[in-house]
Amino acid sequence: MIEQQTLKGWTREEMAQRLAQDIPNGSYVNLGIGIPEMVAKFVPEGRTFIYHTENGLLGMGPSPEEGTGDPELINAGKRHVSAIPGAAFFHHADSFAMIRGGHIDLCVLGAMQVSQQGDLANWSTGAPDAIPAVGGAMDLVAGVKSVYVITQHCTKTGEPKLVESCTFPLTGCKCIDRIYTDLAVIDVTDVGFKLVELCPGVEFEEVQQRTGAPLLR
Amino acid sequence: MINKQLSSPAEAVADVFDGATIMVSGFGEAGSPIELIHALIDQGATDLTIVSNNTGSGEVGLAALLKAGRVSKVICSFPRTANSTVFPELYRSGKTTLELVPQGTLAERIRAGGAGIPAFYTPAAVGTPLAEGKESRQFDGRDYILEHGLTADFALIKGKAADTYGNVIYNKTARNFGPPMAMAAKNSIVQVSSVVEPGGIDPEIIVTPGIFVDRVVEVANPVHESELVSAGVTYP
Repeated sequence: MIEQQTLKGWTREEMAQRLAQDIPNGSYVNLGIGIPEMVAKFVPEGRTFIYHTENGLLGMGPSPEEGTGDPELINAGKRHVSAIPGAAFFHHADSFAMIRGGHIDLCVLGAMQVSQQGDLANWSTGAPDAIPAVGGAMDLVAGVKSVYVITQHCTKTGEPKLVESCTFPLTGCKCIDRIYTDLAVIDVTDVGFKLVELCPGVEFEEVQQRTGAPLLR
Repeated sequence: MINKQLSSPAEAVADVFDGATIMVSGFGEAGSPIELIHALIDQGATDLTIVSNNTGSGEVGLAALLKAGRVSKVICSFPRTANSTVFPELYRSGKTTLELVPQGTLAERIRAGGAGIPAFYTPAAVGTPLAEGKESRQFDGRDYILEHGLTADFALIKGKAADTYGNVIYNKTARNFGPPMAMAAKNSIVQVSSVVEPGGIDPEIIVTPGIFVDRVVEVANPVHESELVSAGVTYP
């Protein structure tokens, strides 16, 4: 049964901040669109991350003030960004050689569903009238060394996003290493979902109840 | 004497024929060769196959070419756009077909096409609907699918500057698909803000060597798609 009562978990900012704690100094990181982008706001003191955006920039910096952006300096979400000192521009084939060739250390993506084997679905509901659009997600999950998901634990209607097997079309198979939700941090292991950390004030049973597959402690 | 400079976008696209496959550079509006696309709309070629990462926004540039009914197929990674209903309508009515390709596979198919590689194996999309019907093979215990190189009759590309030999440099993230597309098309047409004499660009910084470029045209002050869209401009 789906438990509709909402728990007071981490906010989106707190989820992003929690994830940022786990990124080693000096990592090359690709952040997906949405909650993943927020991770850049919470770089722990003393660490430097270099951000890759697949449309051709290594060393992506923060968005400039509204109205001062350059339409030819954008990120993968087509938002105006800046280039840090030490940044590099390159073309798309090189950019995806960085991704597919295993040169990017970490990628953080949103999810519609993650299975207990680490399969990810995040590009299509499979609805017949939907316009299919995939972007770079399939290349990222196939090539980046570690792939983290950051997502609400359940959908807006209370359905679990962490499931035994995905019902939506897949982005990739056995590709997710770790999941950060509003309720917990969860690893994907050879034997399924394993709890790493609970959000303060949230009980294990409450997370298990909202997870569509067994959760190991 | 080599001089690849032509006088106008219209002259640069004059020989595009019905049924041609055309690569169009750009990621969103960055690097989208709006003036060349508008010249192609005026020129009239139809039944085109377009290879591009997106399908344009508003009713200018690539979206206007689609709206004009000139495109029968798009090969694309992300055809959904924030500001356009043009492609969704054409797709739903069946007037334009879509070959959906993961973005990195699209870039590599174009690079391979330009580099004389007919096909290659990639791990991207293994186990997903986009792998259906494709040859697969294991290397070192991992699954890969076979993807084919892409070539084109024409490429429309936006650069920042070029010399008359066709050596091109780009602006920031507007580089994106330009360099591989220049390699993969029989007739690569590049619009740039300024054309200089040979020697006017430091050979150490040239991104696309002139051998990959057939035609160069100067568009001194190119328009930006987002400005046209927010001003409600439609083309023609």
